[in-house]
Amino acid sequence: MQSATNTNTAAPNKSPNIIEMRGVSTRFGSHVVHADLDLEVRQGEIFAIVGGSGSGKSTLLREMIMLHRPDSGTIKVLDTDVLALSPGEAHILRQRWGVMFQHGGLFGTLNVRDNVGLPLREHTDLDDTLINELAAWKITLSGLEPEAGLQYPTELSGGMLKRASMARALALDPELLFLDEPTAGLDPGGAGGIDTLVRSLHELYQSTIVIITHDLDFLWQVTDRVAVLGEGKVVGVGSMSELAQMDHPIIREYFDGPRGRAAQEQAQTQAGVQQHDKEQPWTQK
Amino acid sequence: MSSQITPANISQSAPGHFVVSGSWTARTVADMNQKLAAIVDSDTPEVLVDGSHLQAIDSVGVWTLQRQFKKMRDAGRSIRLLDWPPQFQKLLDVVEKQLDIPVPAPPHHSLLETIGRKGEAAWQGMFALLSFIGECALALLRIAPQPKRWRWRLVLKNIQIAGFDALPIIGLTAFLLGIVVAYQGADQLRHYGANIFVVDLVGFAMLREFSPLITAIIIAGRSGSAYAAQIGTMVVTEEIDGMRTIGIEPIDFLVLPKIIALLVALPLLTVFADVTGVFGGMFMARSQLDINFHEFLVRFGSVIHLSALLVGVGKAFVFAAIIAIVGCYQGFRTKGNADSVGRQTTRSVVQSIFIVIILDSGFSVIFSILDL
Ligand SMILES: Nc1ncnc2c1ncn2[C@@H]1O[C@H](COP(=O)(O)OP(=O)(O)OP(=O)(O)O)[C@@H](O)[C@H]1O
Ligand SMILES: [Mg+2]
Repeated sequence: MQSATNTNTAAPNKSPNIIEMRGVSTRFGSHVVHADLDLEVRQGEIFAIVGGSGSGKSTLLREMIMLHRPDSGTIKVLDTDVLALSPGEAHILRQRWGVMFQHGGLFGTLNVRDNVGLPLREHTDLDDTLINELAAWKITLSGLEPEAGLQYPTELSGGMLKRASMARALALDPELLFLDEPTAGLDPGGAGGIDTLVRSLHELYQSTIVIITHDLDFLWQVTDRVAVLGEGKVVGVGSMSELAQMDHPIIREYFDGPRGRAAQEQAQTQAGVQQHDKEQPWTQK
Repeated sequence: MSSQITPANISQSAPGHFVVSGSWTARTVADMNQKLAAIVDSDTPEVLVDGSHLQAIDSVGVWTLQRQFKKMRDAGRSIRLLDWPPQFQKLLDVVEKQLDIPVPAPPHHSLLETIGRKGEAAWQGMFALLSFIGECALALLRIAPQPKRWRWRLVLKNIQIAGFDALPIIGLTAFLLGIVVAYQGADQLRHYGANIFVVDLVGFAMLREFSPLITAIIIAGRSGSAYAAQIGTMVVTEEIDGMRTIGIEPIDFLVLPKIIALLVALPLLTVFADVTGVFGGMFMARSQLDINFHEFLVRFGSVIHLSALLVGVGKAFVFAAIIAIVGCYQGFRTKGNADSVGRQTTRSVVQSIFIVIILDSGFSVIFSILDL
């Protein structure tokens, strides 16, 4: 049996893929969103899904986390076939990942601290003081002031909401972290902050992170591999520099715009630092 | 390596030498605090903590440990970690540095202060309601001379939802109420052989009091709550703000059609309730008091004056205005979240029923003074 809690266990992995989607098709009425789509996410990587608005990224994520059932295909997450789970098994599996939704998904009736502490309160026997301390810590880890813990979601700005939502996703030290548009709607400084945040969280927890984003800088700076969604399929997958060489029209659209170029140039000037960071994880310190 | 998970444990192998083993995760460390207290209480100045038997640890586990270690360091003792798996080092370091993040406490209010705040809020709420009524009146005056802007479609739709669709429930309730009134009266009247007076009883009670009241209460629960919930949800989703920015006054669009619709629907519903209520009484009079329909109706025509009907319908106009205004007002008072929508909806119903009943007793006093 594998640990039900976090990746810091010594248990060996059966498969290098933490998520495997095969032949997934999704329709809303007559509108086909995914047509026979295949996707793999490997253990421990920061994986991004990109694609135009309405290309079905959020839907794909909802399928991975069992909020939506595809019309056909198989989906394996953390070595479990998520389409054939009993409610009890699904409940256990859900505690192994954390999700940050595109629109926050925080509970309006709870303040930020209680939102973050909620998974701990629900699933563990820890006492209140400890839970409040841990929540305060995760809130600061996510880049918020400790005082923000007492605020309610409606009192937060868009960027603060994203961070609070991230803090809640981190509550149970997930092995797998899903982030839907973590930088959308943030000022460049804030988006940069999320970059660093995601990278340091990845180092800290060694979790696999799946990100949906439109942010080119973010893609160059943070991700290991990127899948481009288009026409209901994955039209290309690889590191950003590999994708930059591919000539599928949808991929080219991403790279050939002025913003695409600028992001690429900036990334290349920083490439040395990046590589160093990635190949020398802190474990070797 | 074994992949079996063993529970968290900490044991002393020699004085000042502790071994941490098993899996220290959110689900397993809850009862470790007591065991850790043993380390804190041991009195060797130097403490060795051996982590070589550790299977897994997450941030909750690290936090629990570092929190106790900090207490010991603060007491002037030194802690050394021995053979800890390297992959946990970063987490240990980060947590050690961030242990004293302040945990802000929510402000505490004394009982007196709470009462004061509640009182103040209620007082302000009354003014806000008055000012909302004023706004509605002004808006009504503004659009009154421009029939084009009356949004007839919305009004008609509201009449259908609040009025027509409510016919079955109002009809049934009033019918049953008529039966109850006649039944309660029947027993008393029979004693005195005054059976025929059941007509007066049912007629006056239903037309003047019960029909308008029961109709208003049902509509407050049915439509007043719907108004509050609809407007409240629109506040939460910023639809109201959106409406303002594209130059549509929410009051014109959301409130006035509802007030106008209810002003039409509630009096009509009241008349309908009068009919079914009296019919209920008639039904009961025949089966309990041997008064047939013909006798009942003849007596009804001679003793019940038009004024009884008009008093009831007149009250219904006032009640309609109250229900629509309070429902919309509470909707607009919604703040931010789903919980607040629920609270305002409840408030709208309780408040409008309360005001309706207060006004109803006020009317009784006024009418008796006026001898109506
Ligand atoms: N519940 C639903 N009912 C009907 N259609 C839906 C539903 N959810 C999503 N869709 C449709 O599926 C398509 C993909 O939606 P999705 O939210 O996955 O897009 P996305 O790639 O996340 O876009 P964005 O980048 O704008 O967030 C859209 O065309 C949308 O209209
Ligand atoms: Mg989306």
